[in-house]
Parts: sequence; C-alpha cells; structure tokens
Amino acid sequence: MSATGIGAPVRRIEDYRFLTGRGTYTDDLNQPNQAHAYILRSPHPHARIKGIKTAKAAKAKGVIAVLTGADVVKDDLGGLPCGWQVTDRHGKPMVEPPHPILVSDIARHVGDQVAVVIAETHQQARDAAELIEVDYQVLPSATSTAAAAKKGAALVWDQAPNNLCYDWILGDEQAANAAFAKAKHVAKVDIVNNRLIPNAMEPRAAVGVYDAAKDHYTLHTTSQNPHVIRLLMAAYVLKLPEHKVRVNAPDVGGAFGSKIFHYAEEAIVTWAAKKVRRPVRWTAERSESFMSDAHGRDHVTHAELAIDANGKFLAMKVYTIANMGAYLSTFAPCVPTYLYALLLAGTYTTPTIFCEVKAVFTNTVPVDAYRGAGRPEATYVVERIVDEAAKVTGIDAAEIRRRNFIPRDAFPYQTPVVVQYDSGDYQSTLDMALKQSDYAGFEKRRAESAKKGKLRGIGLSTYIEACGIAPSAVVGSVGARAGLYESALIRVHPTGSVTVLTGSHSHGQGHETTFAQLVSERMGVELKNIEVVHGDTDKIPFGMGTYGSRSLAVGGSAMVKAMDKIIAKGKKIAAHLLEAAEADIEFKDGTFSVAGTDKKKALAEIAGAAYVPHNYPINELEPGLEEQAFYDPSNFTFPGGCHVAEIEIDRDTGVVQLVNFVAVDDVGRVINPMIVEGQVHGGVAQGLGQALLEGCVYDADGQLITGSYMDYTMPRADHLPTLKVSTHNTLCTHNPLGVKGVGEVGAIGSPAAIMNAVHNALAPLGVREIQMPATPERVWRAIHGARRAAE
Amino acid sequence: MPAVSMTVNGKKVSADVEPRTLLVHYLREHLGLTGTHVGCDTSQCGACVVHINGESVKSCTVLAAQAEGAKVTTIEGLADGDKLHPMQEAFREHHALQCGFCTPGMVMSAIDLVKKNKNPSEKEIREWLSGNLCRCTGYHNIVKAIAAAAQTMRG
Repeated sequence: MSATGIGAPVRRIEDYRFLTGRGTYTDDLNQPNQAHAYILRSPHPHARIKGIKTAKAAKAKGVIAVLTGADVVKDDLGGLPCGWQVTDRHGKPMVEPPHPILVSDIARHVGDQVAVVIAETHQQARDAAELIEVDYQVLPSATSTAAAAKKGAALVWDQAPNNLCYDWILGDEQAANAAFAKAKHVAKVDIVNNRLIPNAMEPRAAVGVYDAAKDHYTLHTTSQNPHVIRLLMAAYVLKLPEHKVRVNAPDVGGAFGSKIFHYAEEAIVTWAAKKVRRPVRWTAERSESFMSDAHGRDHVTHAELAIDANGKFLAMKVYTIANMGAYLSTFAPCVPTYLYALLLAGTYTTPTIFCEVKAVFTNTVPVDAYRGAGRPEATYVVERIVDEAAKVTGIDAAEIRRRNFIPRDAFPYQTPVVVQYDSGDYQSTLDMALKQSDYAGFEKRRAESAKKGKLRGIGLSTYIEACGIAPSAVVGSVGARAGLYESALIRVHPTGSVTVLTGSHSHGQGHETTFAQLVSERMGVELKNIEVVHGDTDKIPFGMGTYGSRSLAVGGSAMVKAMDKIIAKGKKIAAHLLEAAEADIEFKDGTFSVAGTDKKKALAEIAGAAYVPHNYPINELEPGLEEQAFYDPSNFTFPGGCHVAEIEIDRDTGVVQLVNFVAVDDVGRVINPMIVEGQVHGGVAQGLGQALLEGCVYDADGQLITGSYMDYTMPRADHLPTLKVSTHNTLCTHNPLGVKGVGEVGAIGSPAAIMNAVHNALAPLGVREIQMPATPERVWRAIHGARRAAE
Repeated sequence: MPAVSMTVNGKKVSADVEPRTLLVHYLREHLGLTGTHVGCDTSQCGACVVHINGESVKSCTVLAAQAEGAKVTTIEGLADGDKLHPMQEAFREHHALQCGFCTPGMVMSAIDLVKKNKNPSEKEIREWLSGNLCRCTGYHNIVKAIAAAAQTMRG
C-alpha cells in the first residue's frame, strides 16, 4: 500500500474549500439579473381548488409573474414521471396517477404546489404569495398508513379503490403455511417502521437559466443524479430534447436519497426562466423541506417466523402495508418491494419466505428512498423477529443467530427471495462485535445500572444489505424504467496529469479523494495530478448518479474499465516507441517497460507521444489518450455485519441513552478507511435517530405536526456516545475492485440493534413491543403501563 | 432603506438594506460571503454561526442593523492566507466534515467554545454542540477534532 493509494486514510482533497467557506452550493450561485420564485403550497391535506385569484399578487411590488396550474395546462407540460412500475399479484400494473408540477384541480397533501410567484427579491415574492386568494373546498383526507386501505377511508385517487397502489407478493404462501404447520415455536411481531424526514442540512434549491440566443436551458440543482434529472425533466415534463438542457449539481450539502428524485421546483424554475426571460431561483425554507422533500420508511408490518425444536428457522411470513404518500415519487414503488422483500432472508438460511406488500396512497408527502431504502425496513423486521425467536425458544440472542447463519463456506448462496449472495462471513463479524462489546460481561453491567436505579439493555443486529445498484437487465425485468450502469471517462492530458469524469455524484461521500486514490494506485499518477469531476451534464458524458451505495462498486468499476483501455492503448504506443513487441510491454507504477530489460517510458511520455504523434503508429492507432467506459454490474453487492447496542433507561423520565455502540461491518475492499468509518458513524446516527428520536407525525385532520426542528427531533451531539467502528472484509467476487459499499450500512443495521437493546432492558418488566421512535414518553408509558398491569 | 455598516473579516463594509434583513442575508446576498449557510428557519441548526465581536452568534437570529458598527468574523475570515486556523486544520485532519454544509457553523461555534473553555471534556463538547446540527458525521469526528484543536490552541 502506498501512502496515497488503495487502503490509505488520505485526508480529503475537497475539504479545503468547505473549511474556508468556498464550497459552491446551489443557493450560492447568484446569476446576473436573477429573479426569485416563491411557491404557494396547499395548507390542506386534500382540497378541491375552486378558483385562484392572482390579480392582487401580480400587481404587488416587485412581482414579475404569477403562474398557476392553469399555465401548466396551457403550456402542455407533462407531470413528474415515476421510474419504476411494479406489477401486482394478479399481473396488473400498479395504479399510477398523474403528478403535476402545479396542481390545477385538487391539492392532495399539505405542501402540494399550487402557485408560483416570481419577483425581484425573495421577500417580495413571499409577500405577494400572501395576496393570492385560493378558494379551497376541503375534502376528507386519509393519512394513516394502517387505515388507508380500510373500509370508509377517504379516497386519495378515484382510480385507486381502497387507496391501493398495488398488492404485491413474493414467494409461496402455501409452502410457508406448510412449514409453519411443522413448527415447534412461532415468533410473531407487529411493528411500525416510522416515517422519517431525511433532513439533509442543505435545503433543496434550484436555479433555472434560459439563454434565448441559443434557445438553451440550464438548471442548477441540489441533485444526486443530474443526468437522470435532465432526462426526466426534458423528456417528460418540459418536452425538450436533452441537448438543449444542461443540468448542473454542484456541491450538494447532504442528500441521503432525498435528492435522487425529480421535484416539481426543478421543472418550475426552468420553465419560468424562459417565460420571464430571466434566471429564476428557488431555495426551500426548512419548513418547506418538511412538507415537500420525499419522506422515508412508513411501513406497518405483521411478521411470523416458524422455528423447529433446535432453534432453526423453517419459514417466515411478512405482511406489510407501505405508504406511498399522495403521488408516486421517482423510485417509490420499488422501495417496499424489490429493495425490501429481497432482503428478508437476512444472514440466515430460512428456506421459505413469503411476503405480501400493500402499497397505499395517502394525503401525505410522497415517500421514497431514504438512506437504506427498503433494506432498513427489512432488517428491522428480520432482526426484531429473530430476537423474538430467541425469547420464545429460550436460546440466547447471539446463539440463535449463529445456529441459523449462512455458513462462510456456503457462498455463492442462493436465497429463497431471488438474490444470490456472493460472499460474507457473518460468524466472524458477530464474534468480533461480541468481543468488542464485552457481550459476555453484560449482566454485570446490567446489575451495576440497576444499583443506580437504571434499566440496562443490550441488542444485536446481524444484518445484510444489497447495494451496488444494479444489474440493468435484472431490474428491468421487475419494472425499472432505467438502466443502472455507470460511466467514467479518464482523460490523460499531454503532460500526464489526469482528469476523471464520473457519472457518480458526491454530496458528502468524499469521491474526489477516494476516486483519485483509486486512479492514483492504478495509473501510478500522484494525487496532486488527478482531478475528479462530477455533477455537470455538459462535462460528464452520462451518468446514473449516486444512491444505493453504488458509486464505488459501479462507478469505480467503470473507472477501472476505462483505465484498462488507457493502459492497453499505452502499451501499443510504448511498444512502438521502445521497438518491442506489445506482448512484452509491462505497466507498473506509471511506467511502461519492456520485460526483462531497462527500456521504459513514463506515462507522461506516452501521453506526450499520443498528443504529438510525430513518432507514432498512426496507421493503427488514433492520437490522444482518453477513454470512456460504461460498467453494468452482474449482481448486487452484499455488505453485512454485526451491530451491538447497549442502552440505559432512566425509569423516572423514560429517556433512553445509547451508552455503547459497536459496529463490525463487511464492506468489501476499503479504499479509504477514514472515509469508511465516517460513513458508518453518520449512518449509525441516522439509525439512532430512527430508533429513539425521529418520527413524522400527521394529525387526524391530515396536518403535518412535525414541520420544523422545533418538533422533529434530530440527533444532536449529546445523543451519541463515541462509536466503536471497524471492518472485517470479504471481497465482492463479481466487480474488479472487490468492493461492496458502505454508505447505507450504518442506517440499515443500527435501528434493530438499538431497539433490541430497548426491548432487552424492558423485557423484565413485561413490556412486549415498543415502537420506534422509543421516545421518553413511549418508554415511560410502557414502564408504568407494565407496572400497573403487574399490580 | 437604511445603510448598515460594520467590519467584516477586517474590512469595513456598508450596504443599503431593508430593516428586516437578517445578518445572514446581509452577509450572503449583499457581501457575497456565501460560506455562512442557512439550514433552517427556526434558529435550530447553527449552519449560520459567525462571530460578532468575538462571540459566536447564529446570524439568522440577528438583524443586520443590530450588528451596526460591530466586528464580524465569518468562515472566510479565519484562515491566515493559505494557512488554516487550527480548528479548520483539526476538522480536516480528523475527517470532521462530509458534505461541508454545517461545517462553517460548526467551526465558528467550536472556536468560541475553546476560547471559553480551553480544555473541554468530551461531554462538554457534546453539550456545547447542541445548537449545531450535522446530518453526515454522527458528530463522532467533530468531537475528536474539537478536542484536538483545543490541545493545539493551548499550545
């Protein structure tokens, strides 16, 4: 390992600009002659718009234009498209309602876009929006996930009876029932996977620019995947050819999935920029983010696990209701199906699994992928029910896991839920985590806590995830309307420095460093001579973006392919210059040499010859040294590992404090261990947020109760202990780097570990199921409810 | 519109602004100092922390007019040429930032902590940071960086 190559904890190249206030986020991009957009949003969860009067607003100081749904209809704009079509249990496609960028007839959630005011200043636009008179006829609304499909629930869409988007199954229910008939024990759980609001610290923003001279549009936006936005917005909403549209996603201040999707505001500012012939900018106020960023999770699940006399799992049945919100966001339908049910085998050999998912519409903000997307939900079901299995069988929680693990010599392992795991070593990650957390010494610590009047619990989660998303043909066969490859272009300049153009997008992951390390190691070029460029559709040939922990596994693999092409071409040039056979040329540490001789040429000399081809095999080779590659993975990658959480509960206040947290993850080959640890820290904090603090709440009238940081509890520094994070890696067998991905593991494994610890602490009191978030109020009520029941 | 004047990062500045203009908007929109960020509208997130006369303040809670005549330091004013402030350097060394959006507020806030408490414990650092939200790092490395910077700054 070199000091800057694969495996080195290189300090991040991008940090200097962020630390000196020179990052360039979308809201920092001021344009000459810019105007400001303010979006008027529905205050009602469900209301018919009987009329909109905009005359007063249009005459207000500074106002340039007021646009409504009628203008969208008049200009024949399309709606926001959905990128995934799920087919239900009867072979019928899901119900796919329209998703207008400004509603003209019915608003379907609090925050739905009703009108846009464009003015000289943000304040003027905001003030004028208050002068718009909307005549709403309030309609009955449905917001509860569990109740949306029940008789008597208000209908969100006439075309979706019982509010059902789809009723989807995987597996054979009869086969599962047959296995249950033979079971010695059955574990059951009823769980709610709480609705979360992603809350990247940078609010979404968009700036539209129209160049009349070239009839060309530019959208600067807070996106994880600018090419995807260009395609969706140009082809489906604005009906423009892609070559007339540039989408630029500059520095993006965190995303966690919420900036994958194509949002109405992106299309609105781009459309409006042409209408008013000025750049139009919009930045969400945080309260707007709460009611317009796609939310995450929101499942209600009943699950059962059949277990034999030896504690071996025989079969599992899972019945889930998943909330889609009022509209289908870009990837919403695949999250509770293909990113969920395919993970229900977990790390175990459970031979038979049946899963039913009913996706429902409600009068709430659309729900889509949020860090982990489907896989935290699956992990929570599996790891909670495995703990319940430990309880009903009387087997220790670690031991029952060990008895059911897929053995380390059983890979590749075909699960009963479609996917085939390529590698893993669940026994070792468990053993290491148990040791590091002193699992054996827990009862002593529990007794010490009890002396202080506190309840102590320990919990495990031996999770799996599928990422490195995804083989295009596989996802295409189950409804994806996109390919999920990635592109890379490696440009060796005439003096030997290198520009790497990647379709992946960095919004905190540190790609500018990790990718540079990868290229440095492979090409033998110093880090200072490598620049990684991402985010701009005018620079990057194409890209599918960053989500599903795919950037290194898919985007990095594309770079390897492109570098292989560079090296192959370089060998041809070197053979010519060194008057040797191409087969005798070796490439190592940036130097081409003739095997067994001291004849050699540096990469910079080869590049020089390629761009100044005076002495060059011009009849066989084109000049230049630049190669592009697309990589389409042959399988998902399967990171896994073990998280152990230890918590203490104050009986009087119900406050749960995480006192120790150990993560031993298998993320495949590590390029930069410092960045890998940082990714796990952040994921665990979000997992702790889900388990103990965060939860989106709508009241019975459909109002969003958690609409600001005053009432949505974000994890803060004093909610967390120092985290003990390490890796035990097995290599991915099907990509050239052996990498698996690390962006999501922290958020996938940790909620179950923390909640298993909470249950472990409360079990002696007779508390059975407590739902996330385990807030002080919930825990206090559980403690005192159990005490009353005992009395 | 009243003219509001102050000294920002050692430079005298003045701009005509609406009376309701917040200091953060004065900095971002009128002075082009976009290193100070806006992450919320309820003064919870701390992305906008700057120093006013040496004290850390959320610049979204202060009218520009209230800072009339004050000495304001923003993230752009910390480094000495290319040489980073020890707090900036510690954040880089300990990987205390990922997306970078909360970072300016974190750094400005942390410097004030170390000014007031030269040797803060982990608990004191975590409590001090209750006014600064970070969604990326889990705070782990931020806490480490602040402790390390405090040591450097003690000399």
